[in-house]
Amino acid sequence: MMELLQILQQAGQNLFGSAWLPIWTLVKIMAIILPILGAVAYLTLAERKVIGYMQIRIGPNRVGPFGLLQPIADGMKLFFKEIIVPTGSSKFLFVLAPIMALAPALAAWAVVPFNDKMALADLNAGLLYLLAMTSLGVYGIIIAGWASNSKYAFLGAVRSAAQIVSYEIAMGFALVCVLMASQSMNLGDIVHGQHGRFGMLNWYLLPLFPMFLVYLISGVAETNRAPFDMAEGESEIVAGFHVEYSGMTFALFFLAEYANMILIAFLTSIMFLGGWLSPVPFLPDSFVWLLGKVSFILLLFLWFRATFPRYRYDQLMRLGWKVFIPITIIWVVVVAAWMQTPYWMW
Amino acid sequence: MNFETIVFYVFAALTVFAALRVITARNPVHAALFLVLAFCSMAGIWMLLEAEFLAISLVLVYVGAVMVLFLFVVMMLEINLAQVREGFWRWLPFGAVLAGLMVFEMVWVLDSSRTSGGPIKHAADYSNTKELGRLIYTDYVYPFEIAAVILLVAMVAAIALTSRRRKDAKSQVIPEQVAVKKADRLRLVKMSSDNHAQQKLDSTAEVAQ
Repeated sequence: MMELLQILQQAGQNLFGSAWLPIWTLVKIMAIILPILGAVAYLTLAERKVIGYMQIRIGPNRVGPFGLLQPIADGMKLFFKEIIVPTGSSKFLFVLAPIMALAPALAAWAVVPFNDKMALADLNAGLLYLLAMTSLGVYGIIIAGWASNSKYAFLGAVRSAAQIVSYEIAMGFALVCVLMASQSMNLGDIVHGQHGRFGMLNWYLLPLFPMFLVYLISGVAETNRAPFDMAEGESEIVAGFHVEYSGMTFALFFLAEYANMILIAFLTSIMFLGGWLSPVPFLPDSFVWLLGKVSFILLLFLWFRATFPRYRYDQLMRLGWKVFIPITIIWVVVVAAWMQTPYWMW
Repeated sequence: MNFETIVFYVFAALTVFAALRVITARNPVHAALFLVLAFCSMAGIWMLLEAEFLAISLVLVYVGAVMVLFLFVVMMLEINLAQVREGFWRWLPFGAVLAGLMVFEMVWVLDSSRTSGGPIKHAADYSNTKELGRLIYTDYVYPFEIAAVILLVAMVAAIALTSRRRKDAKSQVIPEQVAVKKADRLRLVKMSSDNHAQQKLDSTAEVAQ
């Protein structure tokens, strides 16, 4: 495999000269983005199937064997639908909004490591970059809500803005604990910090367990997924911020939501569940472990949606500001003190 | 002209354009969005200076949090543009003098011997973040703490000045809601289903008769 890559590199160098580096980077970007888009398509099917089985239904089973072609049929339908721009809307911003929602969700993947050597950019400030990129995603929603010139869309956007800003603080503090434990902001180094003789006992899951819960729940809130889907809230504000969107513009919002879910699942696995490290010492570390952990977190996302009723708005804010933020601040102090004692083993 | 210079001029042009549009855009929401663009391209310039911590925290703090809240407020306000534009010509000379002063100051600073020449290039493993953290928590620990306390005081003052509870406003008492147990709201009654069904049948039979 490595030799094949080297031969390819050599051939490219000879053929394109100095233009080879950008071309090779583009190839790498494609190699990350295309599987993500495929995973997004099949995550929608998985969601419908899993929630179907949880509610003793079958889920989609008409298009293709076991409904396996359903996402493609959905994509085709959305692709051929007309995009309607509402009257009185701000046209440029209306079209810009779905792009602003999807772009940060994909840009964040630049620093995600897939195993020991595979990462597009091995940034020293990777964790900061991720925080910045995930905080940009809210612009898609705000701009969509405002540009639509619709009350429901606007209410959805305002709710979403308040929600994301609140939960971002708890998320940031949870990450502060991770970077204190690993003493690095490089995602690869964070995974290496969880390597040890005891397999899964060396993961940050153990010393930072409260932070794991806070990060996961804030992640659900950041992606506007049920039970925190106040921005959509179809029983109250129809479909929230994307009520005026149709066709491909709607599809982009959909893609962004699922791409963000997968991103949060990857980050949770990398920062708390040891990334590609094997849970038991006698098995080799591999990318497959990472995929397994990510699939488990994604299952949790779907499970939450099938289980919990939607939060009431004031309770959502209370959970963020009065429960999560104090817990995270206390845990930062606890970890800092714990690290000064000989009982810190991570 | 190397690649870095080209990138610098692109970001610089973008920043100047966005900053101009912030004050010339007719719609306040558009103006706020142009300010976001200005912050982003400014972050690009700082990245060129190898100040990655400052660049990313500019995006994280200003674009990701401050401007979101800013937009939040601007979108909800009904701003009368005529009123905002009133007195533009009257205040223009004052603004122009101020702008001229700032340009002069900047040229002065940039021209002085201390800042001449580009920043020193560092190796790839140099961490700007670590260096900054070390400085803040050792050499500048008192100024840093004092700045933090001043911000806290400003926050407390703003809340104390604006938070007036209306007497007739209704709100939920959250601690009471959280303290509710299942037994307070739900009563389970044991009854055999067969008997109940039989009674119902009997009563309908009576009605039929």
